[in-house]
Amino acid sequence: MNSRFSLNRRQRRTIIDGINLLVIVLVILQLWLLTATMNAFLGGDSTVVWPAAIASLVCLGLNVGLLRYVFLLQRSRR
Amino acid sequence: MSGVEGESPRSFPDGRPEEEQPAWIRDFPTDIPDDDYVARREFTKFLVLTSGGFAAGQCWIGLKSLGEETGPLPPKEIAPLDEVPVGGVVEFRYPNDDVPCLLIRLAEDRLVAYAQQCTHLSCAVVPDLDQGLLRCPCHHGYFEVDEGRAVAGPPRRPLPRITLEVRDGTIHATGLERRTT
Repeated sequence: MNSRFSLNRRQRRTIIDGINLLVIVLVILQLWLLTATMNAFLGGDSTVVWPAAIASLVCLGLNVGLLRYVFLLQRSRR
Repeated sequence: MSGVEGESPRSFPDGRPEEEQPAWIRDFPTDIPDDDYVARREFTKFLVLTSGGFAAGQCWIGLKSLGEETGPLPPKEIAPLDEVPVGGVVEFRYPNDDVPCLLIRLAEDRLVAYAQQCTHLSCAVVPDLDQGLLRCPCHHGYFEVDEGRAVAGPPRRPLPRITLEVRDGTIHATGLERRTT
């Protein structure tokens, strides 16, 4: 954890960019899951609904974890 | 707003030092990299909020699927077989009054029936039997009449098919079959 306090602004910004990239990929995955699930559900196939919901919640959990890391980074610069 | 100790205090988009910047920029109390950093952080927050929205939508679909009625639908009488000529179309509602459907007699021994709502945005499709199509006038979606599959326009899913039975010379609807392909 101590190494986090020695990060300069440029390093922090690079980390934030990396986190944003990961979050964007996860959000696009969730969007794909939502459209595919909606299509299947409206087509009468409910078998994929809950597995897709769980996958989407896992993505949300990862995103929240990454956001928490962003806040930790922010706190470390004060 | 100046930088953290050990880091360069301020930097500017054109890369020139602070003393070479115009007065209005020097007086403007914004640390540009800091502002940039905050914007990225806000963007991350917005993305995570979006992610939460997608997850909530996914759960909403799950809850809707739990409330779906399962099991066979009750049969419903549509029309006597001899009152439907070849090429004739009969409108009916099945399984309840909210779902308009079309019964089409394609040949002497071939009957098909579909829910009339377009799978794009639920406009009513109209038969165009000369072309062998069902046409959605709202966004020009087309379904072929033999199987109800989408052949052109925005809809991707086929029309829900109504299963039919002829009992004692009368056509009955016996089920609703939603399909993805």
